[in-house]
Amino acid sequence: MQVRYLIPLIYILFLMLPIYWLVAMSFKTTNEILSGFSLFPQTFTFENYAAIFSDPTWYWGYINSIIYVTINTVISVCVALPAAYGFSRYHFLGDKHLFFWLLTNRMAPAAVFALPFFQLYSAVGLFDTHLAVALSHCLFNIPLAVWILEGFMRAVPKELDETAYIDGYSFPRFFVQIFLPTIKAGVGVTAFFCFMFSWVELLLAKTLTAVEAKPIAAVMTRTASSAGYELGLLAAAGALTIIPGAIVIYFVRNYIAKGFALGRV
Amino acid sequence: MKTLNQRAWFFVLPVLVLVAFNALIPIMTVVNYSVQETFGDNLFFWQGLDWFQQILRSDRFHAALGRQFLFTGLILAIEIPLGIIIALSMPRQGFWVPVCLVTMALPMLIPWNVVGSMWNIFTLPDIGLLGYFLNHTLGIPYDMTQSPIAAWITIVVMDVWHWTSLVVLLCYAGLMSIPDAYYQAAKIDGASSWAVFRYIQLPKMKTVLTIAILLRFMDSFNIYTEPFTLTGGGPGNSTTLLSIDLVKIALGQFDLGPAAAMSLIYFAITLLVSWVFYTVMTKGDTN
Repeated sequence: MQVRYLIPLIYILFLMLPIYWLVAMSFKTTNEILSGFSLFPQTFTFENYAAIFSDPTWYWGYINSIIYVTINTVISVCVALPAAYGFSRYHFLGDKHLFFWLLTNRMAPAAVFALPFFQLYSAVGLFDTHLAVALSHCLFNIPLAVWILEGFMRAVPKELDETAYIDGYSFPRFFVQIFLPTIKAGVGVTAFFCFMFSWVELLLAKTLTAVEAKPIAAVMTRTASSAGYELGLLAAAGALTIIPGAIVIYFVRNYIAKGFALGRV
Repeated sequence: MKTLNQRAWFFVLPVLVLVAFNALIPIMTVVNYSVQETFGDNLFFWQGLDWFQQILRSDRFHAALGRQFLFTGLILAIEIPLGIIIALSMPRQGFWVPVCLVTMALPMLIPWNVVGSMWNIFTLPDIGLLGYFLNHTLGIPYDMTQSPIAAWITIVVMDVWHWTSLVVLLCYAGLMSIPDAYYQAAKIDGASSWAVFRYIQLPKMKTVLTIAILLRFMDSFNIYTEPFTLTGGGPGNSTTLLSIDLVKIALGQFDLGPAAAMSLIYFAITLLVSWVFYTVMTKGDTN
């Protein structure tokens, strides 16, 4: 083993420590947590997890989050596909300005939009629905999706399109049967990033929901403040939020690095 | 070459409609508030540019902006070099590559408030792993709720923990795109490892580094949830960054006018700095 591998090793250890601590906490009883420091759970308990899986407020938090994240990912990828194709293949009036304007929405602080979003989605009657959160997350996910997909599509030579037209393919048939399979890695990477940024966002999700579509993150903050700081329960809830992300990363592990490299600035 | 085709607008239309709905209507609401005064009951009075002047002259805004620039500056100064170093020392092939990538990407997929809570649990003085280690094993007094310096170090370390992987993954992607022939040529020329880095790896990483710096700038400048969950902006106001201050004014005190004016100034600063970064970093490309 070479010495330079120590650097990533130490870095990964540093990344894992807080996660280990969260998981360790989640297996401890509240008494043990408050009575003092212990590196491993002394009385190993599933109490905290049992509490989450038996309380609808808790597990519906997870279901709600997964629902709006999925809706958002589907919408973002579906509308970004034709747009990215347009940007990668054609010049049109205002294309560069439009592209830049899209990206500026990625720079908008969510805090700026919290209150207007609340009013907007209340006005159109979508407040406290999964669709509202999914649509609001489009603000930053669509520009990102267009950006990544455009990079992947630009790498596909234009001759592919032309040959297909000569062979008599109509545009929709060409797009679905030939073009999409060519860039399926790109679609995967894009879906991954949309999932990621929608899953981790809290401020807008919390502002746009009350009861019906309340995300897990909001359930956690309210529990943290109301239930007198049950650290074990909070840790268990936190540990569970890592799982969906971990599953998704596992599926795209071979594409993550590539997806980054092909985006354009 | 791309062909000129105005009908390509139809491809872009769905994106345009969705993003415009989410961006234009809210931003116009903000503009609307920023020039009016309200006492509730939907009564509004024309206020002109008073709120903008008030915000630009207020010490509170200057302090929050100063803290924000300090935070973002520290983040970029630490995460970018660290990310490059880690990416350079990572294995290029074999079993450990996916293991590294997956474990490194993990922190980025944890919801932001969970990141805050996690670090809170991790750093509690008497029962957190880090807090206990510092206070009782090393004997360094450390309590985030008492000392502003401890709070600052904690939020910076938390962000390094959370986002350095983004820089690592980007740089790693850039490095992987370098053909082996380049390294062989360098070896034949007897180039030092510094020369390899300076003249082969760094230029190849330039695009991805531009993306990394831009993304890290935007996201650290707009950061809200993690520091808010961890410190709540305290002790005192010492970690009240711009977003935290903005939410305090808008949703805490419900001062819509000043909050809206501050939002617009905030957004303008983010845009301006991003544009400067972008222009400076891509200047050489056209030559």
